[in-house]
Amino acid sequence: MMLAIPNFIFLVALILLFIAMVLVLIRLYKGPTLYDRVLSTNSFGTNTVLFIGVLGFLSDRPDFLDIALLYALINFVATIAILKFFRYRAIGDILIKRELKK
Amino acid sequence: MNFLSDILQLISWALILLGSIMVIIGALGSLRLPDFWSRLHAASVTDSGGVILILLGMGIHSGFNLITFKLFLIGVFLFITGPTSSHAVANAALVSGVKMPSKKKKKTGAKK
Repeated sequence: MMLAIPNFIFLVALILLFIAMVLVLIRLYKGPTLYDRVLSTNSFGTNTVLFIGVLGFLSDRPDFLDIALLYALINFVATIAILKFFRYRAIGDILIKRELKK
Repeated sequence: MNFLSDILQLISWALILLGSIMVIIGALGSLRLPDFWSRLHAASVTDSGGVILILLGMGIHSGFNLITFKLFLIGVFLFITGPTSSHAVANAALVSGVKMPSKKKKKTGAKK
């Protein structure tokens, strides 16, 4: 009886995280501005990291945490790259364009 | 000894449940609030409260081994990059001119 409770707790946390991810996806779909969408993408990535961690603990294989760490790294880089792209309309060669304008 | 581990298990369950409730509060606020800046405020509940509580609960649940170190690593990384990316989104929105909720509208609305 005592052994069944941790799985139940992790299952409840998993369901709550899944509902939170669906709500964030709805905001991602109907966000009026670009920055709402970037913000909800970032929040969705954080929720994904937690979801993968809890899923690994639920199935008694906590090796999933490596994948969760990788998702955290990719999420941060993706947010900064999207913001930089929509600020300058280019990812790589900003300096060259500025020099050409001068 | 057994009693102590039971209490630790109870603490970890409570932390995990509290963290998932924090996450769902952040998502609900990010969906329901009317303005971009207030949505930014609601999304940071997930980044700070939910992450720290859920990772702390899983770390207490798993004891002290390599898994705890990985959880600590994820927690430190998310705790650094969450406010950084949130600040980057807010700064980009401010520079590009997303309109603030102004107090003048409220005052004129109250007078009318």
